[in-house]
Formats: sequence, C-alpha cells, structure tokens
Amino acid sequence: MIAEILLTRYNYVVVALLLPIGAYMMIENRNLVKKVIGMNIFQTGIFLFFITSAYREGGSPPIVGSGGEGATYVSPLPHVLILTAIVVGVSLTAVALALIVRIYTEYGTLDEANLREVRADE
Amino acid sequence: MSELLSLLVAVPILGALVALAVGYSFERLAWPLAFVTSLGHTALATLVAVQVYSGGEPLSYAVGGFRPPFGIELVVDGLNAAVVVLVAVVALGVLVYARRAGPHSAAFYTGYLLLVAGLSGMSVTGDMFNLYVFLEITGLTAYALVATGDDGRSAVGALKYLLVGTVGASLFLVGIGYAFVATGTLNMADLAEKLAGVGYGSTLVRASFALVVTGLAVKTALYPLHTWQPEAYASAPDSVSALISALVSTVSAYALARVVYSVYTVDFLASVAYAREFVLVLAGVSIVAGSVLAVMQSELKRMLAYSSVSQFGLVVAAFAVANEAAVTGGLVHLVGHAVMKGGLFLAVGAIAARTGARYVGEFDGLADRAPLLSAALATLSLSMVGVPPAVGFVGKWYIALGAIQAQAWPIAVVILLSTLLTLAYFLRLVERMYFRTATTTETPADSPTGTGAAAVADGGNTDDTDDDRPTLGRGDDADFGGPTAGMVAVVVVAAVLAVALGPLVSTFEPLLEPTLDLLLQP
Repeated sequence: MIAEILLTRYNYVVVALLLPIGAYMMIENRNLVKKVIGMNIFQTGIFLFFITSAYREGGSPPIVGSGGEGATYVSPLPHVLILTAIVVGVSLTAVALALIVRIYTEYGTLDEANLREVRADE
Repeated sequence: MSELLSLLVAVPILGALVALAVGYSFERLAWPLAFVTSLGHTALATLVAVQVYSGGEPLSYAVGGFRPPFGIELVVDGLNAAVVVLVAVVALGVLVYARRAGPHSAAFYTGYLLLVAGLSGMSVTGDMFNLYVFLEITGLTAYALVATGDDGRSAVGALKYLLVGTVGASLFLVGIGYAFVATGTLNMADLAEKLAGVGYGSTLVRASFALVVTGLAVKTALYPLHTWQPEAYASAPDSVSALISALVSTVSAYALARVVYSVYTVDFLASVAYAREFVLVLAGVSIVAGSVLAVMQSELKRMLAYSSVSQFGLVVAAFAVANEAAVTGGLVHLVGHAVMKGGLFLAVGAIAARTGARYVGEFDGLADRAPLLSAALATLSLSMVGVPPAVGFVGKWYIALGAIQAQAWPIAVVILLSTLLTLAYFLRLVERMYFRTATTTETPADSPTGTGAAAVADGGNTDDTDDDRPTLGRGDDADFGGPTAGMVAVVVVAAVLAVALGPLVSTFEPLLEPTLDLLLQP
C-alpha cells in the first residue's frame, strides 16, 4: 500500500517533503543566507505541485501539432502560472540577498543570534 | 469606459518608469513626476468610483481582449471602488508629506509608484492568480521601501518582513493551486460557480479555503501571524510606515473579503461552520492580543503597529460575521483605519522632526511645544478609540451591530473590550501631551531603550533634532529643519478627514447596499 503510493504518487511525496524542509530551514537555521535558501526550497515545492497538477496520463506536450489528431495534451496553464511564480521567486531572492549584503556591511555578521546581540547594544 | 480599469494599474507603472529614467540624471524632477502621476491616478480612481456608484453596475474589463473565464478580468464594484479611491488618495497625501520628510532618491519614488500600482492591481483584479502576482508586487516594493531607511535596522526589518511575507504569499499560492485542481479555473466569478459544483464538503475546497485565508492573514497581520509587522513599521522611514500601514494591510484585508465573498461565497461560510469559526477566532484573538501588546509598547511607532493588529482583527471579524451591517462596518473601518493610522504615523513623524520624541515617555507637555500637531494627534487617537462622531466610532458601531444581529456575542464583547484597551494606550499619550509639563531631566540620547519619563532636554521649540537618534530616511537633506507647512497640513487634513468621514457614512451606505445585496445573497 505505502510502496504503491510512493511509486505512483512520488511527485506529491517530494512536494510534501520539500515544503516542511524549506519551512524548517527558514525557522531553525541561524544563517540568514540559508534562511533565504530555505525560502527557495519552500517555493520550489509549490512549483512542483503546480507542475504535477498539469500532468495527464499519456498526454503530449502542449504544442500545436505535436500530438496529432485527437491527442490528449498536458495542461499548459499551470506551466505558464509557474513561470510567473518563478520570476517572482527570483526577484524575491534578489531583494533578500541585497538586504543581506546591507545587513552584513552594517553589522558584520550573518548569524541571527550574533545579530540579535549586536543590535541589543545599539 | 471600462478601459479606465487597466489605466488604474498602468498609469503608476508608467509614472514609475519615467520617474526612474528622468530622476536618474535629474533627481529634483523625481518628486514632481511622481506627484503628477499620483494626481492623475487619483483623478482616474475618482472617475471610476463615480461611475460605479452612479451606474450601480460593476465595471468589468477583459485584459488583452481575452474573454473572462480564460483571460484575466478586472472588476470594480461597490466594494472595491471605495478601496481604489482610498489607495489613490492616501498615496497622494503621503507623497505630499514625503516631499520634505521622506527619502529623496529617484529610486524611492519609483518604488513608491510601483507599490501604488501593485495595490491598485490587488483592488481591481478579478482573477485569483493575478491577485497573487499583484500581492507579490505589493510585497516586493513594500520590502524595498522599508529598507530605504538609512541604518541597518531597516534592512533587518525588511528582511524579516520579506521572509514572513513570502511564506504568506506562498501559502496563498498553494491555496489557489488546490482550488485550481478542484475546478480548472482561476477567474473569481467562474470559481464561485464551479466550487459550488464540486461541493463545499470536498476536502480540496476546504483545504484551499484554509490556505488562502491563512496566507492573506499573514499579509493582513492577524495575531499569531503578525510578527513581521512591528519591526517593519518601526524601522521604516516615517513616510513609508504611514503609506504601508495605511494601505498594504488594508488592501490585503479587502482581498480577504473579496475572496471570501466572491470566490467561496457566503454559502460556503454557512455550510462549513468551522470555516467561519476559524476566521472568527483568528480575528477575535487578534483584536485582544494586538491591543494588549500595544499597551505594553514604549516606542510609539511599535505601539501603532500593534494597534493595527487589533484593528484588522476587528475588520476581519466583521467580514466573517457576514451580514449587511457588519460588512458595511468592516468596509467603513477599513477606510477609516487607513486615514487614521496613516495620519497617526505622519503626525508621529512630524512631531519627531520637531522635538525628536519617539517614545511615549518623551511626550510630556508636548501640547505647549507643538500645539497644532498635538491637537491633530489627539484627534486621530480619540477617533481610533471610537469617540463619536469620528469615523472610528461609526465603523465599530456597525461591526458591533452586525455581531449582535448575527448573535455572535463573543465578538460583540471583544469589540467592547478592545475599545477599552485602545483607550488605555491612546489616552496615556493624550494625558502626557496635555496634562503634564515637560521635565528637564536629560535622557541619554544614545539609548534607544530610554523609556523613562524624561523628556528631551531641549524642551523648547527648536529645530535641532538630536543627531544620535536614528534619523530614519532623512540623511541627504542638508537643510532639514522641523516639519514644513506641507507636512503639518497633511497631518491636519488627516485629522479633519477622520472626524468628517464619520457623518458621511450615512450617505455612503445606500450606495453600498446594491453591491452587498449581491454579495451576501444566500
């Protein structure tokens, strides 16, 4: 039963693993850069979920003329949505890294605990 | 005429690009360009609102000519017409204030206009994924604007805001994903029908509701999910905190109402009892916890931030009660809160520019030193508490009325309790300003935690603000003195509006009625 789920629904299993891993990294990791990496992993899980939802058994790529008459196509919409979401994710990462650079020049540390200590003396 | 809807989003983006391109070489031109854009945007928003309220019909526009269930739709009805006008007017007001107070780079005005574009987009969109994109545009620009303060504190605040805000938006995205998997559509009106077709008992539909609401609750800053907010508001430059506190959470709360009423519909709330209870409990806890936390703050901007947590709990509670009086109250309080809270942040900024006072302990005898600003601050505070006839009272009155009509007694009790708590934290401010004289004990200016009862040493009406305090976002203006006439005028206008909007609600209510009938029909 469990083996069957793992074999046939492994996309969802990966999604269900990526989301908590990303969230855990954001909460628990003291390094600010790794927090941002955690954020990216979290978002990647969501991207995979959308892509999985587009899959159709035996479907051809959603390109006109690729499947011939009467073919089943994979749904193109989630791909387009996720393309947008990826762009958003990249911009977020860029802003986050820019902020981290500023925090480092200001306080000289990327460790959350150290940062709290330094800022307590402010 | 519905082409105007796309212009509501396009005009600020265009203005932002022009301000960036021109402001790069001629920095002095950045503000006038932003101002002209904002003025145009306000005119557009007013035009749209007049059409909607006079015609009684929602305006709808299909982007790129693709028909709605497939293409992206922009819709303005009675519910969001008010929000559209609010966004434009508050942005214009804060821009006037920012002319002297705010950060002065062209990049700031670009970010400012992009934020306005994102907020307008969130207000007018009729498509779930489009809402997510505008949510992220709003978020991104808000993070960048918070970071425009010239010290490390604002960078830390912005990063925290970014991490929490992204998780919120991501949860919202997963929620949309679930709804999409269940129905295969993203258009709000279409979703409403198809979700009903799938059945409200479906786990997929219920999970999507929970995720979408939680995601938007992060953006609205309801209690356990508010952690980004105080730091972001307190560390941002004054004009930015005013803009963000007045608009970002407000528009997110509107989006929550839009999603609940237009996508999941009142039927869903009625048939899934614990969905409504989930939102009501979230809101109720937020009302009380926000107020209690606000009472405990000594830094004024933090206190105002926690106060927002409580007020948005009130608004969301109103939307969850979902009868006509409550929703009217929710919308009125949404608009009223934006005017009051934006005005309060601006007043605090202007007072800090004159006296350097940023902590509650430093407000002793302020009425003698800055009478006009103190009067405005006191008016806004009392309006926030809910003293009639101000708009703060009218909003709370309708919400309480709705709660009683719906027999949601706990919410009615919580509203009363939170009013008392709001009185507790605002009254101590008013009391210090009017009934105490400034003490002359020196506060060490380099200890930001100097929470004692001591006031700033130079009690007079001088312009030399102490340099040791974080001078947020006013670094590059060499001749920076006390608040200019323009800044004071904006604060006073906000105070006058807070009082004047109250009596106006009775004329606004009939205009809202047809929309509410449509949204709340069983």
